[in-house]
Amino acid sequence: MTKVTMTVNGRAVSGEVEGRTLLSAFLREGLGLTGTHVGCDTSQCGACVVHVDGKAVKSCTVFASDVDGASVATIEGMANPDGTLGRVQQAFQDHHGLQCGFCTPGMVMSAAALLAENPKPSEADVRHYLEGNICRCTGYHNIVKAVLAASGQDVSGMAAE
Amino acid sequence: MYAFDFEKPKTVAEAAAALAREDAMPLGGGQTLIPSLKQHLAAPSALVSLTGIAEMRGVCTGDDGALCVGGATPHAAVAADAAGKYPALAALAGNIGDPAVRNRGTIGGSLANNDPAADYPAAVLGSGATIVTNNRAIAADDFFEGLFTTALEPGEIIVEVRFPVPERAAYAKFQQPASRFALTGVFVAKTADGVRVAVTGASEDGVFRWAEAEEALSENFSADAIAGLSVSAEGMVGDLHGTPAYRANLVKVMTQRAVRSA
Repeated sequence: MTKVTMTVNGRAVSGEVEGRTLLSAFLREGLGLTGTHVGCDTSQCGACVVHVDGKAVKSCTVFASDVDGASVATIEGMANPDGTLGRVQQAFQDHHGLQCGFCTPGMVMSAAALLAENPKPSEADVRHYLEGNICRCTGYHNIVKAVLAASGQDVSGMAAE
Repeated sequence: MYAFDFEKPKTVAEAAAALAREDAMPLGGGQTLIPSLKQHLAAPSALVSLTGIAEMRGVCTGDDGALCVGGATPHAAVAADAAGKYPALAALAGNIGDPAVRNRGTIGGSLANNDPAADYPAAVLGSGATIVTNNRAIAADDFFEGLFTTALEPGEIIVEVRFPVPERAAYAKFQQPASRFALTGVFVAKTADGVRVAVTGASEDGVFRWAEAEEALSENFSADAIAGLSVSAEGMVGDLHGTPAYRANLVKVMTQRAVRSA
């Protein structure tokens, strides 16, 4: 076991991990941050996406030891300081961007990473960027709509919610 | 996953020393290796992460004008930082996997793995790049030795890849939409010395050069120049996504598309 220290959602944390401990396991089991979901555990579905030093990564395919010292953001850090939903989260609620909700944490984290890189994406940009996030309910249309709405673009002309 | 020791050296020399241990393995971005470990397809005694070695990260221009990419540089960084100097390479890097994979996966990891449907081997072989390790420089033509096999010795580290920048180049990828690997991908590069054509995703032996097309395109760099050529289906991959004959045809189609967009 070795000790890792990182900043998670602005808070300094540390814990003992094995070499094989995945970042997803450290967040969920070590820190109790179960908002990060593990869907496929084979780096295909994107439910476990978090930000490491500002970049979207699949936390099931990164070792906790490999991001020792990094700054990590998870879905728990996406709300506003007063506890209300953050911009991307609120857009998902407003536009019914979720059905069962399992993929939602990864979708929100990927969407936030996209908007940080590209504040006014086109619909094609959003669909391309979310290629690594799978919604098993196939609710993609409203997810894309929510991301476009979160970017401040008018989505009233898009198909019904 | 079986247990292993985890090490994260700061220099190439420290990494080489750590990899001297029996059954130690290098870890790039882990986007292939970690899923393989989960399936018990590998059981290293130690993993030596290469992502903390500053001298192995980043894109720069060498004295000879070549584009140099550090072995531990993630695909997303190549997509962003090579765009001005070598747009065809940047475009290829920007379409590997998905954004989260591109933020972790590295060029050195991709080349050392030599997946027969990976994108980077086509760029490296098509460009006639040089793979610089901690021990030697290996020409692309001598590096790829078949399915998941390369000229690398155990413990040898890809420190840098040097790409001579061609006059014109493009990569055309027919993507398997679920995995986003190449069903067939062709990288075409035109230099003062002639044209190189490298094909990934199609052959059972992994990436290869299509010599007949290179000859025809060196005479006349246009899609029409290879219209009369055909590729044998022998040795092509056959699976539920496409027959060997289908892939053989894709080799020509994607070569023509690459030439048109170069």
